[in-house]
Amino acid sequence: MSTTVLPASAGPAETFYDFDEHPHPEGHSTMLGFWIYLMSDCLIFAILFACYAVLGGNFAAGPGPKDLFDLNLVAVNTAMLLFSSITYGFAMLAMQQDRLRATQLWLVVTGLFGAAFLSIELYEFHHMIAEGATPQRSAFLSAFFTLVGTHGLHVTFGIVWLVTLLAQLARHGLIQANKRRLMCLSLFWHFLDVIWIGVFTFVYLMGMLR
Amino acid sequence: MTPHPAPEAGPLLGRLSLEAFPLHEPILVATFIAVAIGGIAVLALVTRFRLWGWLWREWFTTVDHKRIGIMYMILGLVMFLRGFADAVMMRLQQAMAFGGSEGYLNAHHYDQVFTAHGVIMIFFVAMPFITGLMNYIVPLQIGARDVSFPFLNNFSFWMTTAGAVLTMISLFVGEFAQTGWLAYPPLSGIAYSPNVGVDYYIWALQIAGVGTTLSGINLIVTILKLRAPGMGLMKMPVFTWTSLCSNILIVASFPVLTAVLALLSLDRYVGTNFFTNDFGGSPMMYVNLIWIWGHPEVYILILPLFGVFSEVASTFSGKKLFGYTSMVYATVCITILSYIVWLHHFFTMGSGASVNSFFGITTMVISIPTGAKLFNWLFTMYRGRIRFELPMMWTVAFMLTFVVGGMTGVLLAVPPADFVLHNSLFLVAHFHNVIIGGVLFGLFAAINYWWPKAFGFKLDVFWGKVSFWCWVVGFWLAFMPLYILGLMGVTRRMRVFDDPSLQIWFVIAGIGAAIIALGIAAMLVQFAVSIWKRESLADTTGDPWNGRTLEWATSSPPPDYNFAFTPVIHRLDAWYDMKQHGGERPLAGFRDIHMPSNTGAGVILAGISLVMGFALVWHIWWLAGLGFMGLIGTAIAHTFNYKRDFHIPAETVAKAEAVRTRLLAAGA
Repeated sequence: MSTTVLPASAGPAETFYDFDEHPHPEGHSTMLGFWIYLMSDCLIFAILFACYAVLGGNFAAGPGPKDLFDLNLVAVNTAMLLFSSITYGFAMLAMQQDRLRATQLWLVVTGLFGAAFLSIELYEFHHMIAEGATPQRSAFLSAFFTLVGTHGLHVTFGIVWLVTLLAQLARHGLIQANKRRLMCLSLFWHFLDVIWIGVFTFVYLMGMLR
Repeated sequence: MTPHPAPEAGPLLGRLSLEAFPLHEPILVATFIAVAIGGIAVLALVTRFRLWGWLWREWFTTVDHKRIGIMYMILGLVMFLRGFADAVMMRLQQAMAFGGSEGYLNAHHYDQVFTAHGVIMIFFVAMPFITGLMNYIVPLQIGARDVSFPFLNNFSFWMTTAGAVLTMISLFVGEFAQTGWLAYPPLSGIAYSPNVGVDYYIWALQIAGVGTTLSGINLIVTILKLRAPGMGLMKMPVFTWTSLCSNILIVASFPVLTAVLALLSLDRYVGTNFFTNDFGGSPMMYVNLIWIWGHPEVYILILPLFGVFSEVASTFSGKKLFGYTSMVYATVCITILSYIVWLHHFFTMGSGASVNSFFGITTMVISIPTGAKLFNWLFTMYRGRIRFELPMMWTVAFMLTFVVGGMTGVLLAVPPADFVLHNSLFLVAHFHNVIIGGVLFGLFAAINYWWPKAFGFKLDVFWGKVSFWCWVVGFWLAFMPLYILGLMGVTRRMRVFDDPSLQIWFVIAGIGAAIIALGIAAMLVQFAVSIWKRESLADTTGDPWNGRTLEWATSSPPPDYNFAFTPVIHRLDAWYDMKQHGGERPLAGFRDIHMPSNTGAGVILAGISLVMGFALVWHIWWLAGLGFMGLIGTAIAHTFNYKRDFHIPAETVAKAEAVRTRLLAAGA
């Protein structure tokens, strides 16, 4: 091949190289990547829902949804999680306006709602297990505890992440990297909300109808 | 030997005790001694030549997609030797165990061998090979400097390696699963497999699966976000297209594997009843779920190689690919169809005629886009100026072999025929026919094709041809007898046989395996000879095959930053286009180049995962807990590191490019 320096002057020269350096902005593809990760996580939940759909009626002569679920408690629990999503939204609004204090405050409120949700869920689990409705009792209970528990585990990780971000906000403030992280956690948090709507509908409400 | 009953677990070492070491198996003891001597020799050499620092800085902690790609290929090669050793052991056992002979492998050992062979070949050979290939080539083909998430890439590699290491540990500490490569319950449940074998299986795959899923996400985002300006989706090289589809399949199917293995481990560790026979569990649920992952998995493996064959056929025929658009659409069709065929793996489950018909038809339909691809390759070659270099030879061998494997696949897709052939050696012959004839031949084409790009010198042709002929002849000799045996009704995974008339076929298959062994040896010799003769095989142009796609626009091996200036794409086959339209390589005006920094976090996280996996296998709860806390702690600590990049100064770039200019001038 030729190695001459200058492009031929004849004809409309097409450029084959970009002579300017356009560095990709930091975190240019993080949101897309994180979104795809969430979809892969969604598939895990899809499998757990499918298992619940197939095995959810196999009580093995043990207790069923009507014996176990307390819809009032679940309603309070659902409210906690939905409130936490709203307050996360407020945190994001504060972040957009670069108000560090307000962002931190709303995040703390979000974390508290999340912790309340988890506490109620653990209370419910404890109550069921005390009654002998353990995950080992039947395929229905295995599927129930695994689906709801996996969601709870995600909320737990969300809280750990939230606390980590609070520390990072305290240290570096609302820099671009932290804003990006907050947006990822926001996606994650709302995603868990959507999953919970599914759990609430298909496990608890439909369970009481069965 | 009969399996031990599950030993009592102690607080300190869990189920681990001296009995876990298979000292009563002379084959394993000898293997261990050989591995130990080899391992110590390697470690001693590395220490002797003071290479540890270099290895750590330049390789283990690297975030360069090219180095990570090469490490994936090395992992695949090492594990391939292990998986092939298992294959030879099976062929030998089955050729011997006739007329009252028990062969030389007891049932406990033999069952581990066929399980390990399948698991290793799919998860730790084929997957690292294709991931490594995509890692190396895709960023170069789209004119990018690296992948979207370079640290994640390093982490993914080490997680895959940790899974492989855990599998290897099972050879010498305890045992591997004796369940077949997909570990169907109830056999894999705690009631029938109380020992550590299935636990090794679960944790090895879970750890490696994290790596695979993340690398899938990484490559999808890379392809969608980092293409050079002007490269629309329909201007992407076909290999990049097939990689994109393959990675979409990874992200859309590996979570299913993760979930189903998690459920199996809950059954085994917690005592839940997902897949048990009693308390309402359903083993068939497992079979459904694992094949919802498993069928897309085979397309994950083959699609990138379809891309390789497309690149090779076009380059070595000196023509643009025939029917680029139809090739892309065929790939997308296969991607979608691969999701709605999984039930053909268990037509005999008893889903009824309607369900079986649906899945039978969808399976047969896949042969249409695949057939379209084959005709595209043939028409690419038609009236081309074909150069029978090694990559092209492998491509032709693929086309002949794969068609046979594809046709037996269509045969198996007919439910009534499947009722006869289900779980027989006919099936074993079929999937080896497509995996060896498709995936492996494709990998060999790819290795011969892109080796000069990665290392700066071509591979030796003579030993390449020896390897080629041994492989192709050996393959046909090893697997055609299995078709015949399968039609005669021999089922898979048998250890001893009664009917002496079958023996001759197993002997022929054994001879085939021996010839394949020669092919592998010839390939290793080919690598060694090529490294030895690298001066005379050197490629100074960066474009040894007169290639068409962007990876050939840069030097061999490419600099850390791949391209000093970002290429601008106008048409398909960007590099060919540049050559045709006088796209000159710029020689001045270099800028600082922004690059990601190396990090040890990936190695550390994967190392902790390995320890945690081992602890979980042996029920060493305190260590598992410690490992878990360590993982979370290390991951959080890593997020406090905000300085993850640096700039390669323009002078360094100018120097590297000046060397290339000199080399090009010398070669011209």
